[in-house]
Parts: sequence; structure tokens; C-alpha cells
Amino acid sequence: MTYPAGFRYTKDHEWVDPSGDRARVGITDYAQRQLGDVVYIELPDVGATLKKGQSFGTIESVKAVSELYAPLSGEVVEVNTALKNKPEVVNADPHGSWMIVLKPADAAEAGTLLDATQYADLTR
Amino acid sequence: MEQATTASYKKTPLNSRHRSSGAKMVPFGGWEMPLEYSSIAEEHMAVRTSAGLFDVSHMGEIEIAGKDALAAVQAVSANDASRLQVGQAQYSVLLTPQGTIIDDLLVSRLAAAHFLLVVNAGNIQKDYAWIAGHIAAAGDAVAVDASSRYALLALQGPRALEILQPLTDVDLAAMKYYRFAHGEVASVRATVSRTGYTGEDGFEIFVPPPSADRAWQAILQTGRSAGVIPCGLGARDTLRLEAGMRLYGNDIDETTTPLEADLGWTIGWRKDDFIGAAALREQKAAGVRRKIAGFEMIDPGIARHGHDVYIGGTDAAPVGKVTSGTQTPYLKKAIGMAYLPVEHATPGAQFDVDIRGRRARARVVPMPFYKRKA
Repeated sequence: MTYPAGFRYTKDHEWVDPSGDRARVGITDYAQRQLGDVVYIELPDVGATLKKGQSFGTIESVKAVSELYAPLSGEVVEVNTALKNKPEVVNADPHGSWMIVLKPADAAEAGTLLDATQYADLTR
Repeated sequence: MEQATTASYKKTPLNSRHRSSGAKMVPFGGWEMPLEYSSIAEEHMAVRTSAGLFDVSHMGEIEIAGKDALAAVQAVSANDASRLQVGQAQYSVLLTPQGTIIDDLLVSRLAAAHFLLVVNAGNIQKDYAWIAGHIAAAGDAVAVDASSRYALLALQGPRALEILQPLTDVDLAAMKYYRFAHGEVASVRATVSRTGYTGEDGFEIFVPPPSADRAWQAILQTGRSAGVIPCGLGARDTLRLEAGMRLYGNDIDETTTPLEADLGWTIGWRKDDFIGAAALREQKAAGVRRKIAGFEMIDPGIARHGHDVYIGGTDAAPVGKVTSGTQTPYLKKAIGMAYLPVEHATPGAQFDVDIRGRRARARVVPMPFYKRKA
């Protein structure tokens, strides 16, 4: 699996896709493979403010529960409610299945995260 | 979850086969076992619709033999082994004098005075020590931990019979449930038992450890066109939960009795004394205060092992615990088992589960959650 070059990544296996003053957030292919079949996702409400590293929800597979951690500080401006009913798409298309859209508090923060090469090395 | 690589875990004869086939390996009951090959959901569905092959060689085998073997088994095992014909198996429990469960097991009568007890992997030493220490009083019988002499495969699913039959001289269609026979599977000496832990038809196949890989490969190859796939312990757990079967260490242990666990049917009430009998009879006469119940979630969320159960407002104390819970791949519901006050353990009753700080409503439903079509 290749990791999109335009994304940024965390050691907790979230990805960030920055675009203008917005950033989509999801979990990586590595994360979905570790979890196995995703069956349930709990996401925050629009308007929630998150600090980098703070839990913004949970993702459950058949066998395990994991926290979702905010890769950046900012405000939640959109939530992918379609994942509620079809959580399994996270397995099928992890890098296309965004969970929340953040409005980052600091536009430069994304630059401090791992790039695709660094993340691929981390999970090798 | 980390890939287990340490040498301290015991390995089944199929360990290198699992690894080379890309299974995700995890520690379980002191063993390194495959958790999943492809995905738990895919493996679960294969067993419900076609067939799945499991390596359950971690399970323990304790043999009891000798002139008084029946009396020995009767003393330590709560079910009535005198009802077993040679070639027949029964589910049973080993009990403490207090009537709590040391282990659950399958008792097979190999010969008139020779029994095979299949016990849980994590309990082998505990069970063996306890059995060996308690059968002397029964007379002339010895117990042997024969676990290293057996590898155990489980082929489970509606197509298990048609997949296995071409590989064996045992007449599978003539074999009733909870019966077994000796013969060959893929030219390997085998004992084939029509038993399992998935809620489906299927067979458990005992083979000598050096021949396990040969039998494993032969079954996968022969069954490929019928859709058989290798399965791990993850699917074994979701399948047994859908089928309403108890898991030792989760749903039953040395703090729970067969009556509380709704396993009264495993007790040989009419037979002579057995360890735990007096305590159980007393509990039966007095009535249990709590009982295991199957439930499904009404609110979103998945209740898991260890979550507290509440009845009433937020300031009420917990009244029980969830012992097993998952989202099941076949029924596509969040289900589980919990110990509840007996007056609440009836279908339709509602309660709350504390899922990581959030109260979520659940409803008691009859078990099994899933029952195969006859």
C-alpha cells in the first residue's frame, strides 16, 4: 500500500489531508489492517474544538477498540456521518474515508507531522 | 496489536504453516495462535455459508483409563458419563466443592474403561493436577496428560461433510452429533468427532502432531472449490458467541456456577455424588440470585467483556458485568452475555451498559442468538 504523498501522518496512524484552511482526517491503511474489520465508529459533533493528541472518537473492530486522536489542534467543521452506517468502508478505502474535517488553529502545524516516506518507514 | 515473536509461547505443529500463510499470530492461553488469516468477518461468514478450518491443537487432552475409569470420571465431571456409549461424547464441567466451574470440557468414551477429556488450553495443568488428585478415591484408574500426543483440527460449516468425506474412510453421514469414530483422514490416522464450537455442523479431527500439516493441507485443497478457508481464533470467538456458547475465562470461571451460567443441563443430577454436587443441590433448592443472559444493544455501541451493567438511574450501583460482547458478522448486531439479577434475566428486560463512560441501552434476548437450520 502506498501512502498519498500530499498527506501528513501521525505516529498514532492518523492521516491529514490539508487543503486551504481545512484538513480532512482519517486513519491509515496500516491502522485499518491492525484493527481488522471495522464495525463501529463514534465521531464528535460539528463545532467541537480539539487539541492535538486529544481523543476525538473511537473506532471499533470485531476484536478491538481504539481511540482516534486529533492530529492537529482546531475546530471540527464537518463530520462524515455516512461512516456511521458503513464503517466497513474504512477497511476498503482507508485513505479515502475521511472522518472529520478540521479547521486548524495553526496553519503551520501540519508541516510538523510525518510525510509519506517517513510514515512508510515507521510502519515497515 | 503486536505480532508475537517471542519463543516463550507454545507452538502447535501448524505454527510455521500459519506464519507462512500470513496469519496474524497472537498469544492465547500460553500458546501462539492464529487470530485471523484474512479477516474475522470473512472467516465467520465462510463458516456460516460454506466451511472453515481451524487449528485448535492448543486444546488439552487428558485421558483417564483403568478398571474404575468410569467411577473416576463420574467423580470429577459433573455430567453423567454412564450415559455415554463407546463412541459418544458429552459436554460437561469440572466443579470445585463450592460448585463453581474449574473448566468446561468434552468427555468422550473411547472404550468402556477409557475416557478422553478435551479441556481448555489455559487450564491444562490446573485440570490435570486437580483430576489426578481426585480420582485416586474412585479406585483403579489413572489420568494422563496426553495433550502432546494430539493435534486437533476443526472443520466447521454446512459443507464440512461433503469436503471431508472424500478424504476419509469414516462414514460421516452415518455419524450422529456428539459421536466419533476412528479411521484415516488424508491417509493420516485420525479420530473424527461430530462436534464443534461454532453453532454449525462440522467435525473435530484428532491426528498425530507430525501428520497435522498433511491433514490441514489436504482439507484446504480438497475443499477449495467448496469455499473452505483457514480460520483463526477471532472467528472462533464470534461464531461461538452467536451460537450462545460459553467461553471459559469470560462467561464462566471459578466464581460462577453452572446454574448461574444456565448450564444446568450439563449436570448429572441423578447420579451418585460428584465434586460440587452438594453445593449445587443447595443452590438449586434456594434458587440463584443472578443468571447469565444473552442481550443485544438497542443504543449504538458495542458492549465488551468487563463493562458494568446498570438497572435504574445514574446513581445506582452496577448490578452485573458483561462477560462477552461483540458486533457479530453474520447477524450484524451488537450482542453479548452478562450476569444479571435473576428477576432481570428474562427476554425483553432492559438494562444499561457503561461503554467507556457512556450509558447504552440493551435488551435481554433468548440464546442462542443464531441457530442453524436443521
